[in-house]
Amino acid sequence: MTRRPRVAVITFPGSNDDRDAARAIRLLGGEAVPVWHGEADLGGADAVILPGGFSHGDYLRTGAIARFAPALGAVREHAATGRPVLGICNGFQILCEAGLLPGALIRNRSLSFICRVVHVRVETRRTPFTAQLSEGEVLDIPIKHGEGQFVATPGELARIEGEGLAVFRYCTPDGEVSEEANPNGAMDGIAGVRDERGNVVGLMPHPEHAVDPDIGPTGGQPLFESLFAELLATLS
Amino acid sequence: MTGGFGEVARPVERETRPRPASQPPKGNAPLHRALALSDDEFARIVETLGREPNHAELAMFSAMWSEHCSYKSSRVHLKRLPTEGPQVLVGPGEDAGAVDLGEGVAVVFKIESHNHPSAVEPVQGAATGVGGIVRDVLSMGARPVAILDSLRFGPPDDARNRYLFGGVVAGIGQYGNSIGVPTVGGEVAFASGYGPNPLVNALCVGIVPSDRLLRARAEGAGNLLVLIGARTGRDGIGGVSVLASRTLEDADRRPSVQIGDPFAEKLLIEACLELTDAGLLVGLQDLGGAGLTCAVSESAARANAGAEVDLDAVPLREPGMEAFEILTSESQERMLAVVRPEDRGAVEGVCGRWGLASAVVGKVTTDGRVRVRMRGEVVAEVPARALTDEAPEYRRPMAPPAWLDALREDDPTFVEPPTDLGDAFLAVLGSPNVASKRWVFEQYDSLVQHNTVRGPGGDAAVIRLEERLKAFAVTTDGNGRLGYLDPYLGAAHAVAEAARNLACVGARPLAVTNCLNFGNPERPEVMWQFAEAVKGMGDACRALGTPVTGGNVSFYNEAGDSAVYPTAIVGALGVLDDYRLAVPSGFPGPGLTLYLLGETFPELGGSEYAEAVLGTVSGRPPDLDLDRARHLVSLLVDAARQDVVASAHDCAEGGLAVCLAEAAVAGETGFAVSLDSALPPHVALFSESASRAVVAVDPARAEGLESLARFHQIPFARIGETGGPRLVFGDAFEVTLAEARAVWEGAIARQLESRAATA
Repeated sequence: MTRRPRVAVITFPGSNDDRDAARAIRLLGGEAVPVWHGEADLGGADAVILPGGFSHGDYLRTGAIARFAPALGAVREHAATGRPVLGICNGFQILCEAGLLPGALIRNRSLSFICRVVHVRVETRRTPFTAQLSEGEVLDIPIKHGEGQFVATPGELARIEGEGLAVFRYCTPDGEVSEEANPNGAMDGIAGVRDERGNVVGLMPHPEHAVDPDIGPTGGQPLFESLFAELLATLS
Repeated sequence: MTGGFGEVARPVERETRPRPASQPPKGNAPLHRALALSDDEFARIVETLGREPNHAELAMFSAMWSEHCSYKSSRVHLKRLPTEGPQVLVGPGEDAGAVDLGEGVAVVFKIESHNHPSAVEPVQGAATGVGGIVRDVLSMGARPVAILDSLRFGPPDDARNRYLFGGVVAGIGQYGNSIGVPTVGGEVAFASGYGPNPLVNALCVGIVPSDRLLRARAEGAGNLLVLIGARTGRDGIGGVSVLASRTLEDADRRPSVQIGDPFAEKLLIEACLELTDAGLLVGLQDLGGAGLTCAVSESAARANAGAEVDLDAVPLREPGMEAFEILTSESQERMLAVVRPEDRGAVEGVCGRWGLASAVVGKVTTDGRVRVRMRGEVVAEVPARALTDEAPEYRRPMAPPAWLDALREDDPTFVEPPTDLGDAFLAVLGSPNVASKRWVFEQYDSLVQHNTVRGPGGDAAVIRLEERLKAFAVTTDGNGRLGYLDPYLGAAHAVAEAARNLACVGARPLAVTNCLNFGNPERPEVMWQFAEAVKGMGDACRALGTPVTGGNVSFYNEAGDSAVYPTAIVGALGVLDDYRLAVPSGFPGPGLTLYLLGETFPELGGSEYAEAVLGTVSGRPPDLDLDRARHLVSLLVDAARQDVVASAHDCAEGGLAVCLAEAAVAGETGFAVSLDSALPPHVALFSESASRAVVAVDPARAEGLESLARFHQIPFARIGETGGPRLVFGDAFEVTLAEARAVWEGAIARQLESRAATA
């Protein structure tokens, strides 16, 4: 290995978790590359994170304005070459708006913002963020969103389930997917999805807020570790 | 502050003389009365200016001499608060206070009310309350890192109270969540007097290197006044004078409520911090109450300077705005920066990158006057100090309320208790005041910035400094019921409880900010309550070594026959040298020895038990021995530092019974205790005697705790141990942990949901 994995973190106007994502990357041994939304260049990063927050105030519709940012062009190119892209919360919403991920996120069933630690079950290893994990593994990660209810058209949902595009589902501590364990009414309890190729992943929970045992649960740590292991395998 | 009649203004030179009042009074009432200025105040303005003010000038005086901005009824009393100490970097009088945390880091913090706007429009009222206090912290050059909210509503069994409660919580969430500042704590309580007048007190904490603290001062003649952020519109005109400084009964005041744009605030935060980091700002002040008038006159007066303002340069939201509207608009998300001329381009560059408008609207002068031009004409000219330091100051008449003695004599301590104390316990545990506020705080992002070591629901929030072991703790406290029965004790208890809460998490108390919520100060009994509360707060702050670094007074919290309890809210700040030694409030596991620190007396006056079980708010509040309070704080801080206690939780509303139950639920661990046989069981369970806490201790460290307690002269009793699935209160009763959790965790959501379903 010649260098640490470089992960771009895009800051949109209204991004709130960009600094936290960068810190998680550093904490787990990566190099964070800050990228302004107006730039069309990811600075040669190996992977890119679209962080949480309220890009453009969530005005119009979550992620609807951010998808026109010059940086999104770079994200598309990055994704097209098969390199890892992770959208967290608002970043997930942006990737859906950009058509890079299937489905959409609408207001929580309760119509209220929810901030709490949830349990999610890993559904597939066919992404760089879960390649080193086990299917069925349960991770504790916080959510904090008002519009996190994953929805899709019947056809889209059939394709997601048919092709195994769901990456995470809300579950009980024992890994059971149930209505009670579903915080926002997401279809099929889906907390995160991937694209067909598997390199683009979006999820509502915040792995960057679950990497430091002094602060809370550590269920986000394996996602970053998996990503870095996958990147190092290709870098070396 | 000089008080009295200030200097008489010099005659205004002919060529710059403002036009005479352009708008004759409408109807029979003179304009100054419509603007909430008294006839005496008007006469004083005429004397100060040496002529009659025009409409714009009158609007400026109306806003700046409002109770909200001038503290004209409260200043004589507030002067008695302790404000100094080696830890205080900036005391009252600036946008926010600042305290030295050590290692070159300053903590900036302040609490402020947004009661009246929230009563009229709960979502926007609360949202803009958060926005305003965040800008106060930002204007000191600090990054906002924590928000807390102290809220009071009428009982949730009333539909309008539920609407206000839900709206305020949603407003705080919408705003705070969007700007990326975690909401980490606060409190919520309910009482009928708060029905028409909910209290919404928002506190913000910020962090800044001590040597980069900014001041809201217009220093340096020739420096530019740059308005940054949102355009100025017609919203919030008269917010401080017509809305915040009068009672609420008459007229629809909705147009006086400001509308918040959290996205603009987020951009403002990032842009201002970038400007601060780059050293491009001489001074910074937010535009809040009284808008541009307040920002310009206060920053000029603080620097003994003057200012020229050109209203044509102010970016407007709509055409045709008049001078008085631009001058007193309370449009949100605006900051006034003082910038050296050579830095103008760099400042505009940073603002532009963040998509923010910036405009040079004036410059600093030396003549001490605020001179305002529009379309080439001088439309207002007023000495800056006449608007600020020379505002009127009143010594309003005071008298204790006639009803107070009888109410105090009616002491619930001696009322026959119910036969089933288990039922009484569940009634107290499930009362909206005591019950878990999870329904509230789960609507707030408490995690963003990733430094929240202890979030909402504990005794105090603990926030670590980035890349350091050092942390600060912060809490808000206040007990309106106690203030109602004894305003002196109510305020003193608020300070003592706040300090105790900080100490429970292991933090050494440093300083407090206060928000004093009272009724109409023109009534002698309200003024008496206020004066007593300030006295109590001052005495407690002196005893506990926590000076007051700033705060806010909110009067006129009444409508019709309904007035709020005299509610002194304290926001307290403490320091931990190592956040890893922060103590949890929940029992971490079984097999720990439980100690009650402090002494329990038969003190059920003003208690939660008296209200929830006996249905009475009466009697004398618990006594407060300030030496004892200070010693308990020292004991708890030392115990945390020496890692002697596994958990610590303050005994307050609901007494020992609730304290134990909350610690059990939080730690998912039951307990068995024996009750003090010298006291009747209901007194041992529910008395709210001050200066008590329950700590859980590893048996191997019990001797360490006991010797610390002896050293600090705090009586202690070994009352039981943790473990098991039940809460066992001696021979009195027991409940399962699951039942206690269901009652405590579910009470508020159940009340809101069942009512919503039947509505």
